[in-house]
Amino acid sequence: MNSFLLYALVGIVLLGMGLYRLVMDPHLVKKILALNISGAGVFLFLVAVADRIPGAAPDPVPHAMVLTGIVVGVSATAVALSLACRIKENNGTTELSKNEPE
Amino acid sequence: MESLLSLNDIVFDGLLALGLLVLAGSLLRSPDLFKAIVLFISFGLIMSLAWVRLKAVDIALAEAAIGAGLTGALFLAALSRIGRGRRKDESKEDRRPLSEEK
Amino acid sequence: MQNNANMNQVSRARRIAWIRQGLAALSVMALTVILGWTVWTLPPFSDRMPSLVAANLSNSGVENPVTAVLLNFRGYDTLLEIGVLLLAAVGVLSLAPKSDRSAETAPAQIQILLLRLLPFIVIVAAYLLWVGKYAPGGAFQAGAVLAAGGVLLVTSAVRLNHIAVKSIPIGLSIGLLTFLAVALATMISGRNFLQYPLPWAGALILAIEAAATISIAVILTILFIGRKPDGG
Repeated sequence: MNSFLLYALVGIVLLGMGLYRLVMDPHLVKKILALNISGAGVFLFLVAVADRIPGAAPDPVPHAMVLTGIVVGVSATAVALSLACRIKENNGTTELSKNEPE
Repeated sequence: MESLLSLNDIVFDGLLALGLLVLAGSLLRSPDLFKAIVLFISFGLIMSLAWVRLKAVDIALAEAAIGAGLTGALFLAALSRIGRGRRKDESKEDRRPLSEEK
Repeated sequence: MQNNANMNQVSRARRIAWIRQGLAALSVMALTVILGWTVWTLPPFSDRMPSLVAANLSNSGVENPVTAVLLNFRGYDTLLEIGVLLLAAVGVLSLAPKSDRSAETAPAQIQILLLRLLPFIVIVAAYLLWVGKYAPGGAFQAGAVLAAGGVLLVTSAVRLNHIAVKSIPIGLSIGLLTFLAVALATMISGRNFLQYPLPWAGALILAIEAAATISIAVILTILFIGRKPDGG
């Protein structure tokens, strides 16, 4: 197994774990954490695929894309956390309701 | 499989990958938010090492500063505003007259 | 009778929750397996991009391929990304709580840390900005390090003076404005959008990166503060 393959698979597994927790956990801040983990997994996957030719320099275009992605990710996280704090102040809780529709 | 991996590569990459998966798994499953955020910051730092292994040093610098550091600080600031955690002082409670006690 | 109906309802709810959990886990595992299979069967050659970048690197004005891609070959993406950062700052400022926090005092250790670290932070940031031309570095890393200094300032409860508060909007927008100014200048002088003239490419990229560093630092600090900083 190449070293790039290991990281690519780890990235995919991280994406899956984050997606599962994003869907299943009712607490908003946990959802935002899970979204960040998914994003980190996707970036790991992209950069691992950029490095898959042994002996050659890695492809710099995915590097630039992931750099952009990290910065945009922190902006989105900041806005999402602001929204979560406002929701807490308006509704008193940050847990989404678990009720099934009757 | 053209490239032969040295033992160093296998062990180091394997340990990094294992660390990433274990950190992500325990942070997504932890019910305590403060512990989850601290695990997230360490996850970001181990991710930085993974970027260096993938020859993406620019991304490693950006991830250590923005991904681990600033995102962690954002989460901690949001945690202190939401009011969960170990805070016990009363002055933070009467800022939000509409919220109920968590 | 009532007890029986309640128990049926509870077990039905539990079954629905179990089905939801199973469905989510199954779809996530299917996605993981499909992506994993795709990666496993990737061909071991790539498209023309790396060779294109390497061939045109001498025309870009810098020697670091990532900076060349970020600021020159795909400069439009970076322009919009700085715009997105500014939008996020506007979003966070507009969602800010109305309550004003009374001035908290910070423990003395943080203030000592701030005094010792701030010069190093500025020097490291300037170095990262400068070295982006030749080695890994650049505007985002430098801006992030400066933002760390900003976060330290905020947590040590430093009161900003009048001039600093007035210059925050300038700091927020100067990165985007400089980038746009350079882009429009290239258009006015007859070239395509963001096509730098070759002898000036390095200097223009450095100017854009310097303004972007300041902007990124201010924006990230504002994102951390969460509201408009009040000054004395």
